[in-house]
Amino acid sequence: MLDYVLPRYRVLRDGDLCIQCGVCERSCSNEVHHVDEELGRVTANNGACVNCQRCVVMCPTQALAITRWPQVDSGSANWTLETMQDIAKQAQTGAVLLGSMGNPKPFPVYWDHLLLNASQVTNPSIDPLREPMETRVFLGSRPEILKVNERDEKLSAPLPPQLRLDVPLMFSAMSFGSISLNAQKALAMAARELGTFFNTGEGGLHRDLEQYADCAIVQVASGRFGVDPHYLGVTGAIEIKIGQGAKPGIGGHLPGEKISAEVSRTRMIPQGTDAISPAPHHDIYSIEDLRQLVFSLKEATGYAKPVAVKVAAVHNVAAIASGMARAGADIIVVDGFRGGTGAAPRRIRDNVGIPIELALAAVDQRLRDESIRSTVSLVAAGSIRSSADIVRAIALGADAVYCASAPLIALGCHQCQDCSSGKCNWGIATQRPDLVRRLNPEIAAERVVNLVHGWTHEIKEMMGGMGINAVDSLRGNRLMLRGVGLNEKELEILGVKYAGE
Amino acid sequence: MFETRGPREGQVRIPSGCAIAAIMDRSGNRHDGSDILKSIALMHDRSNGLGGGFAAYGIYPEYRELYAFHIMYESREARAQTEAYLDRYFMSEKQERIPTEAVAAIKNPPDIWRYFVAPHPMRLANSGLDEAEYTMQHVFHINGKIDGAFVASSGKNMGAFKGVGYPEDIGEFYRIQDYDAWAWTAHGRFPTNTPGWWGGAHPFTLLNWSVVHNGEISSYDANRRYVEQFGYDCELQTDTEVITYLFDLLARRHGFSQEMAARIMAAPSWEDIDRMPPDQAAFETALRTVYSSALVNGPFSIIIGSDEGLLALNDRLKLRALMAAEKGPMVYMASEQAAIEIVCPDAENVRSIEGGQPFVVQLDSVAAAKARESAENCPAREKPFRHEVEVHPRRKERSHA
Repeated sequence: MLDYVLPRYRVLRDGDLCIQCGVCERSCSNEVHHVDEELGRVTANNGACVNCQRCVVMCPTQALAITRWPQVDSGSANWTLETMQDIAKQAQTGAVLLGSMGNPKPFPVYWDHLLLNASQVTNPSIDPLREPMETRVFLGSRPEILKVNERDEKLSAPLPPQLRLDVPLMFSAMSFGSISLNAQKALAMAARELGTFFNTGEGGLHRDLEQYADCAIVQVASGRFGVDPHYLGVTGAIEIKIGQGAKPGIGGHLPGEKISAEVSRTRMIPQGTDAISPAPHHDIYSIEDLRQLVFSLKEATGYAKPVAVKVAAVHNVAAIASGMARAGADIIVVDGFRGGTGAAPRRIRDNVGIPIELALAAVDQRLRDESIRSTVSLVAAGSIRSSADIVRAIALGADAVYCASAPLIALGCHQCQDCSSGKCNWGIATQRPDLVRRLNPEIAAERVVNLVHGWTHEIKEMMGGMGINAVDSLRGNRLMLRGVGLNEKELEILGVKYAGE
Repeated sequence: MFETRGPREGQVRIPSGCAIAAIMDRSGNRHDGSDILKSIALMHDRSNGLGGGFAAYGIYPEYRELYAFHIMYESREARAQTEAYLDRYFMSEKQERIPTEAVAAIKNPPDIWRYFVAPHPMRLANSGLDEAEYTMQHVFHINGKIDGAFVASSGKNMGAFKGVGYPEDIGEFYRIQDYDAWAWTAHGRFPTNTPGWWGGAHPFTLLNWSVVHNGEISSYDANRRYVEQFGYDCELQTDTEVITYLFDLLARRHGFSQEMAARIMAAPSWEDIDRMPPDQAAFETALRTVYSSALVNGPFSIIIGSDEGLLALNDRLKLRALMAAEKGPMVYMASEQAAIEIVCPDAENVRSIEGGQPFVVQLDSVAAAKARESAENCPAREKPFRHEVEVHPRRKERSHA
């Protein structure tokens, strides 16, 4: 059958600068570049290029750039080139289209419609270089009223277990299998250094990472991979994954060729078999079933660690989150539709779920309407791109955020959205030993630590500008936000005033 | 008719600067309002004529078991409606216009009344609430739902006298020299806008609490959204209002001592907590964790009055001035030292109140009783209702009508 699929990208090579050293050829796992000694130049198989930009970064003479394939579309705003190419692909293969990372479609990014406040005259801004500026938060459930003996300065009953975060961000779940061990190791090392947590995803905890177990959150997902008492016992917290923002309502499928010996041992499944995570947990068909799993996990760990429940942001997320709190979840995690993934059906990724900004605002408000917001922690996930997004998320009502795409970008990810191929040239979303070796965990961890240090400085500057010296006073402080370019309904859901009001 | 009034508290959020002052006699002896008037008048330049007021404790000893409602009316209808409402939910022992004096600088005062009331026993019993909660809910109703009526104060044996004008003019208007109190607080307001509404002046009060405050808190919306979970409606959108509600939540509903409530609102920094011995650090960490949304941030100095005494608190960074001094049983506080020295030139222990350190002044009788009580906080909802387990004490015959 004739393949109608066109290349998406084109390699631009400056012949004057190219020294035919072959670095690009050796860099590219997609086999785009080829040093053709007979022709005396370097050729490119443009159709194989995914625009990961590894060759561009590696080229010693800066002879390379990647550009879009110049083919014009039909001129129809309806039948765009992309839409028609999708049809061509499916006509060729009869398969479900796969994609990776978060929803790339041009839906509104509400973060970019929310502006922050600063103090002028009537109260002073606070200089973070002179005054303490507190970014520490605790995650876990709390009693509404704390009973204490004031004279002895003792608690009358112990506080439920809490996670201490020195910065209001954690690294979201990415399993060993979907990312490389070196990538996980980098995040684990960074989490330890920063006083926060990384999340193992549902791929189990590799034995090399056990030394970082106290800064790990382990997942219990529908496939239950790697779950045993040891796994639950060594970590800081447990997260029940019900859904993921990138693919609400869908399970996972790690193909057998990615189940190497190490992945097989960590997930506790035979080597080479497909790792299937069912769409639902087959022991959770209702909210009361969730309660049973939450308390089974608490029983299994002696009520010594918080249990988080993560859901994708879907239409009825506020009511669902409230139910989760009542089902015993200590931490509620809501993952918006821009959250990344190693692989998801593209139609799901691009069309299911709602933006985290609206979901977060709705959940926070609902928990307050029910008078239970202060008894549970709320974590927002699904494309937190900068320190300003963190400040906005906390002001909307989050205790902390989860981010994954941003730290991956710090490791070298260029958002080519081709994770599912397993040929990640940056050594992140791959299990190929030659590619994994490209990612040095120590250097990678340093990059992530640098990123978060930079963000923390910025958070402190923004808080100081608002006259706030503790993140506690930013949480749910929606008066610190003003909307621009939003309609009345959006403002109402976000609970913010329009700029100028 | 064309409405000329500007936006009020509650319709917009209006930042204010202020002067505050307080005088208390720990022995419980009562003094008239002339000293507090002199003290706040000295700080004339810290207010701009758009709000002043006083709170006084111990002024109605003959009605000490009854709630004393000070209510301001903007119209006859508002009074008729409010009195019908009070008649339904309370039993009124006495009601009268609050005596006032014509003062040139005070324009268009509302009609101001006081009522000495007890909750209607059957309605109280049926409400499932304790007496304080019942009274609070009805005060909220009057303030929120009856247009043109505002409850300026609703405590027992105390009252607030406030309005639009410089505090010294307001004091003269209300003839505060005619009242004897063991504690006085005063407030002169410098709002950035011109609301000119008597209900928006300070002290802000709720039951026995009265709060005078100088500052603009940056945690306002975090604090507001926290207390609103528990039925407090922040109608006025002012800092003082939300601070009062936080205090009521912590001290009355959650049963903490006032000092502990203040410590929660101006919690020690993590840096300090990290330096504490492990047990104390765990205690402070638990308080900060459970009550993180009760942390008050940004510049403030407040003086909170209650039937126990006074409590002064500054923000953790000490971004607002507040001085204290003593002389025998007397305690003085003011935004400026001069405002203390003008009424007590030989005051001792003159000092600035430290950031985040509650300064507590209790009546000697209260301090003695507290020392005997359990140090565990007993939340209001875990206590039996007084009206169900106690026989209401018979009031002594009044000495004068």
